[in-house]
Amino acid sequence: MTEGLVVKDLSISHGAVSAIHNLSFDIAPGELVALIGANGAGKTTLLRALSGLIAPQSGTATWHGTSIVKTKPEDLVRVGIVHVSEGKSVIPELTVRENLAIGGLWRRDKKDVLRATAESLELFPVLNERISQRADSLSGGERQMLAIARALISRPELLLLDEPSLGLAPLIVDQIFESLNTLRTHVGMTILLVEQNALGALKIADRGLILNLGNLVGSGPATELLHDPHLRSAYLGF
Amino acid sequence: MIINTLLIGVSSGAIYALMALALVLVWRSTRVVNFAQAGQAVLSTYIGYETMARTHNYWLSVPIAIFFGALLAAIVDVLFMRVLARRAQQGPIAEIAPVITTLGLLGLIHSLIGLIWGNTFVQYTSPLSGKGFTFGTHVIPFSPQNLLIVLTATGVMAIFAAIFTFTDLGLSLRAASFQPEIARLAGIKVDRVRTVGWAFAGATGAVAGVVITPTSYLSPNSLDLLLVTGFVAAVIGGLESLIGAVVGGVVLGIGFAFILQYIGPSVTFLAGFIILMVVQLVKPHGFFGHKTSRHA
Amino acid sequence: MVFSVTKRVAMHSARLTPLKRALLLAVFGLLLLLLSNQVDELRSYQGAQVAIYAIAISSIIVLTGFSGQISLGHGAVMAIGGYASALAFTLWNFPWEFALMFGTIVGTIFGCALGIASARLQGPYLAGTTLALAVGLPSLANQFKVLGGEQGISFDIGDAPAWLRQMVGGEFTQYKWFFWLATPVAIVTFWFITNLLQSNVGRSWRAARNHPVAAGLAGINVARAKILAFTVSSSLASLAGGLFAVMLGLVTPMAFPLSLSFLLVTGAVIAGVGNLAGIILGALVLVSIPELSGTLATYLGNSQKVTANLPGLVASLLLIVVVIFAPNGLRPTALWKAFRQFYK
Repeated sequence: MTEGLVVKDLSISHGAVSAIHNLSFDIAPGELVALIGANGAGKTTLLRALSGLIAPQSGTATWHGTSIVKTKPEDLVRVGIVHVSEGKSVIPELTVRENLAIGGLWRRDKKDVLRATAESLELFPVLNERISQRADSLSGGERQMLAIARALISRPELLLLDEPSLGLAPLIVDQIFESLNTLRTHVGMTILLVEQNALGALKIADRGLILNLGNLVGSGPATELLHDPHLRSAYLGF
Repeated sequence: MIINTLLIGVSSGAIYALMALALVLVWRSTRVVNFAQAGQAVLSTYIGYETMARTHNYWLSVPIAIFFGALLAAIVDVLFMRVLARRAQQGPIAEIAPVITTLGLLGLIHSLIGLIWGNTFVQYTSPLSGKGFTFGTHVIPFSPQNLLIVLTATGVMAIFAAIFTFTDLGLSLRAASFQPEIARLAGIKVDRVRTVGWAFAGATGAVAGVVITPTSYLSPNSLDLLLVTGFVAAVIGGLESLIGAVVGGVVLGIGFAFILQYIGPSVTFLAGFIILMVVQLVKPHGFFGHKTSRHA
Repeated sequence: MVFSVTKRVAMHSARLTPLKRALLLAVFGLLLLLLSNQVDELRSYQGAQVAIYAIAISSIIVLTGFSGQISLGHGAVMAIGGYASALAFTLWNFPWEFALMFGTIVGTIFGCALGIASARLQGPYLAGTTLALAVGLPSLANQFKVLGGEQGISFDIGDAPAWLRQMVGGEFTQYKWFFWLATPVAIVTFWFITNLLQSNVGRSWRAARNHPVAAGLAGINVARAKILAFTVSSSLASLAGGLFAVMLGLVTPMAFPLSLSFLLVTGAVIAGVGNLAGIILGALVLVSIPELSGTLATYLGNSQKVTANLPGLVASLLLIVVVIFAPNGLRPTALWKAFRQFYK
């Protein structure tokens, strides 16, 4: 198909070590796909290749038919692909307001930027309280919310999220996953959600992909994966 | 007597402030201390000098020098610094490879100027008088040229402070310098933005050159000492802060003026060095800097 | 051929025990000295220059390559060594051997002080501070009469001692004497530094450079290691400065300009900043820059402007190209062939 994200035979190595091996999968527009796997499975590497931070050694990836490999990240943002990277996605030296503003700098339609900012603040009201504070004074959960809020201001069509729940309290994690669900349902955004928190991710996802040591070892509707006993013990831990 | 010394201090301080501003501008947009600044500034000044020699119009030579300064800086960034950044660096000098590159550029520009214009001193005259203002019978050591210098330093600082704080471009510059990867992921064209930052710095260096040089002489090395004093001023203010650069410059200028007056010329270098060391030990981020970790 | 043998000796000696290394280097050194009988004045002079540059470059390698601190002001440290030696010899009538030692000691003390002051500085701050030193220190000579001002202080150690001339025989010019003086010093220094780098001290330097936090936790006093590196580095640089003064016969502010500090960094980068064996390559390149520029100058018309500025242009271009494209040093085999053409 030419709609959505199509990844075919993607291989990425770090020097001599192969991180992703001949990976192929599709994501249809509007789907929320959870990519789960243990540490070192290659999930972050995959996202970094999809957002243009690194170049794959071989294979293709297209979004709505246009190739997205070997393109600079800032150009991909203009195509609608936004990557919220793991752990470090806000600029600590800038205020919350400035961090949000950064998401809209590249856009011409400044009125829509204002609208998008208001919507993001509705989704994560706590940011409003901290709007003038420096981002390094925010808690982990608030930073994650800020990162996602900023990403949304770019009005992404494809949102790549790298372990948004990492190191966060369960209550905050629930909040974040709720918002992701809302985005998918009400806005029709395509989301590729990379998570170690497989349970939480699969609960809101349409489909799941399981990555192990750079290879795709499982895929299917999320509900199926949740109930598969093998997978449960191997990856979901129960 | 004290007022005289103060005036001398303020006017030389404004000079240091201009150079410090140029260094801070590059630092704030690219996290590199550009030692080639002295070379770029002096080369731009030579262009101004050439223009002056042909047109005899100082006020025309100034904007031409400034434009050239911006252009030269942009070229340096695109030709050298971008290439450097693209090459994945490993090994003991990875962190300071940009600094060493700017050093090489400094030497390169020195030699180029020598090849084209020669190494002897030349005079770059300005229509403004170098003699102090006269109040009745009193001549103060502050001339119209000095006034131009002070006004320029203040003006440059104000313009860039406004740009950095209030404009989208300024925000892009800051974001790109703090966290280039995050800035890219937010859609900021980091490479382009950095070049703009360099162009700003190049223009500032050129301004410094053309307003300062009329007070002494022009030669390939004539701005080197200023580079060092500008660096000290920038460190005092904290490399992050434009206002700090100006304050640092003025404070340094006044300090030197008093030392010169009451102790003597032989100690100035030593004093400057001591000030540099003390500030770095006591306030590593300068008096106006934030407490950001240098590793972030 | 001499070069590749030298490099191989340097690399192999790095892997031996100190004793074996000493023997290997002694034999090698003897060969070099005997070789000097076969070459002309100019080569002797250049050979001495290479030896001195090798010592100076090793000072940068110890500091930057092994303990991760940058100095843009080692030309000034050389100046301190040179001036201290010259003062001791001319003003206080030390015998020249002791004058050189004195110069090195003064430089070492200075380096220790500088190291203490700089221990907490990093990256551009350290670079800027040492740059300040390079720009400002030589001008001190003009401020204090005793330092001789622009004319400088002479440091003429005279001809080779009689016993040496009798032993070696043949014509013993001044330049040959300098070569015979500088080369053993360089070899002994190299031996000493290689030992040091392989000892606990060297290990603590590497640890402090690569992982300062982990090193600290492992009980290595990172600050002390860095200061020691600065001290050793300054000893080397001031020794080189003293020998440099010997070669020139005098010290003046103009002998130690800002470009000297840049030249040392260039040599170290070409050598490969973490690679002690490369100092020969680095030194050779530095010494051949004036020759190269001279040849080029004839093509560009030998005007004063060209001859004065071309060496600087070549050196700067070299630095930029090497830092961008080969920051860990040059692989010499292909390059060496190119050099041969300019040499013969």
